[in-house]
Amino acid sequence: MAKEFWRWKEYNWKSENINWNNGAIITGGVDVGSVSSQAVVLVGGELFAYSSMRTGSDSPMSAVNSMNWALEGTGMTLENIKYVVGTGYGRVNVPFANKTITEIACHARGANLMYGNSVRTILDMGGQDCKAIRCDEKGKVTNFLMNDKCAAGTGRGMEVFADLLSVPIEDVGELSFYVEEEPPPVSSTCVVFAKTEATGLLREGWHKNKVIAAYCSAMAHRVVSLLERIGVEDDFVITGGIAKNVGVVRRIAKEIGIKTLETEYDSQIAGALGAALFARSLAEKGK
Amino acid sequence: MYKVGIDVGAKNIKIVVMKDGEVIAKDQCLAGFETKENTLSLYQKILESANISESDVSKITATGSGKKAAYFAQNSITEVTAAAKGATSLYPSAHSIIDVGAEEGKSIRCDGNGKIVDFALNEKCAAGAGAFIESMGRALELPIEQFGELSMQSDKEIPMNAQCAVFAESEVVSLMHAKTEKKDIAKAVNDAVASRITSMTRKVGFEKDIVLIGGMAKNTGFVQALKKGLETDIILAKDPEYISAIGAAIYND
Amino acid sequence: MIANFGYKDGSGDFYIIIDTDKCNGCGDCVPVCPAGILEVRDNEYDPMADDLMAAVKEEFRKKIKYSCSPCKPDNIDYTLPCVKACQFDAITHSW
Repeated sequence: MAKEFWRWKEYNWKSENINWNNGAIITGGVDVGSVSSQAVVLVGGELFAYSSMRTGSDSPMSAVNSMNWALEGTGMTLENIKYVVGTGYGRVNVPFANKTITEIACHARGANLMYGNSVRTILDMGGQDCKAIRCDEKGKVTNFLMNDKCAAGTGRGMEVFADLLSVPIEDVGELSFYVEEEPPPVSSTCVVFAKTEATGLLREGWHKNKVIAAYCSAMAHRVVSLLERIGVEDDFVITGGIAKNVGVVRRIAKEIGIKTLETEYDSQIAGALGAALFARSLAEKGK
Repeated sequence: MYKVGIDVGAKNIKIVVMKDGEVIAKDQCLAGFETKENTLSLYQKILESANISESDVSKITATGSGKKAAYFAQNSITEVTAAAKGATSLYPSAHSIIDVGAEEGKSIRCDGNGKIVDFALNEKCAAGAGAFIESMGRALELPIEQFGELSMQSDKEIPMNAQCAVFAESEVVSLMHAKTEKKDIAKAVNDAVASRITSMTRKVGFEKDIVLIGGMAKNTGFVQALKKGLETDIILAKDPEYISAIGAAIYND
Repeated sequence: MIANFGYKDGSGDFYIIIDTDKCNGCGDCVPVCPAGILEVRDNEYDPMADDLMAAVKEEFRKKIKYSCSPCKPDNIDYTLPCVKACQFDAITHSW
């Protein structure tokens, strides 16, 4: 069987400094995305543990697995978690969730903690959708759009290209800078047509990296056009799987003329983190 | 003297040679990546097989999304004009022309004298054209030629949630994993494209007679779904993929 | 909050836009839509809020181009029935 080039890595993390058994409220968030699922556990609002793994064909199972993996080696079990919020594309399939909340709301809330309350614009580029969100200093959504209709501008679109060019998806961003000069972007928005266009460019003798650059640039252009609808205001952050693709991220920053904020956290956990934060607010409110 | 119409589509190149309003010769080939070379060689091949010398050709008119590839043509016309001209010349009663090709769907309304009143396009998105069927065919491992016939064997109505061809491919794979029959999936795919063409056609409005042209007219399952969607009968053009090339050939006659 | 329901694909921008600061959830827009794409529901984007708002039903969010095409919004002088029905000007569209 052909090697699959488009899978993201799986990982987990736990805090070494937090004693979870100190009576502080423990809440959880699970973001079941189309490609990967993340689980986050907070102790008294502090990040305690998280995980990210592939979403299998069975969403409820993926939710359970990702939470178990986040808790691995912590001594904590699901019973210790007071309130869990499910979010993401498969949010209705989190069997142990007390409530489900849209990923738009969760991303804004998560980014507010991850990047600080100066964040006003969030671009989340997931596996199967692209969200542009404006929020206030509390992480409350003030304007948003979500594009899950069209694969252009989503991780899936990039995966199609990584596959076509037989390049591991983690390398796509770096490789897109190994070009003598920046090529014009692939002109078709539609991924199906862009793929045909790219095949033509390869036949014309373009180097793989040049084609990658042309697609990263097209993708950047595409998401900037989505951002224009909601308007971009400082500070600006990019989350989701594509946030790891420097080829797209740097081109977006260049096109809109605003640098993206960095974070010590993993950008992919924004949704799950927001869900866990909402879980805390809701638990405290007794909702 | 002979007149030549060349329709360089997204997928195929179609050429017709006409004399006194009759098609003398016609042929098609894949556009491929060397579209210019392929267009010229198809043109030369047709002339050779019909025993016509290049000097006997009085006019070459090009159309189609890749019409620039026919660089040796004297003039070119838009795809909408070519479709309307070709269809109304062969079917004078046509008031509505629906043209569904590989990468584009069109719905054109004419006044009964071949004049275009209004039109709508489904373009730049694979969802509303033959490319959608082709992508699904890959996932289903079903050649596009067999799509129509197989889907006709199904009477199930399975809605497809994904609109985008890329996402729909994953949906088709899930349906296959769920042991949904191939014929039922083929029908769902045809129904999905037909419903998009139906709303585009309803948007510009339609009036009988309706003539269907373009490669998708050969997909019987799609045609059936389209008739159902528009709740009316549709005339299927003969050799539907050549109609726009004919329109180009006779343009300005 | 400005809620942009819909999408942009290769063929254009197709959004129904609801301004929740203006929308009071009265529901006047719901029955006038010939395609039945609107509903009044809780605010999915602010889980701490209790107000209701008009929204495009989830199953229509990916096919607005087709659902809304019978209303012919590309005719310059034509106002969409949903837009017309809203006395607070809370609804706009992108095309």
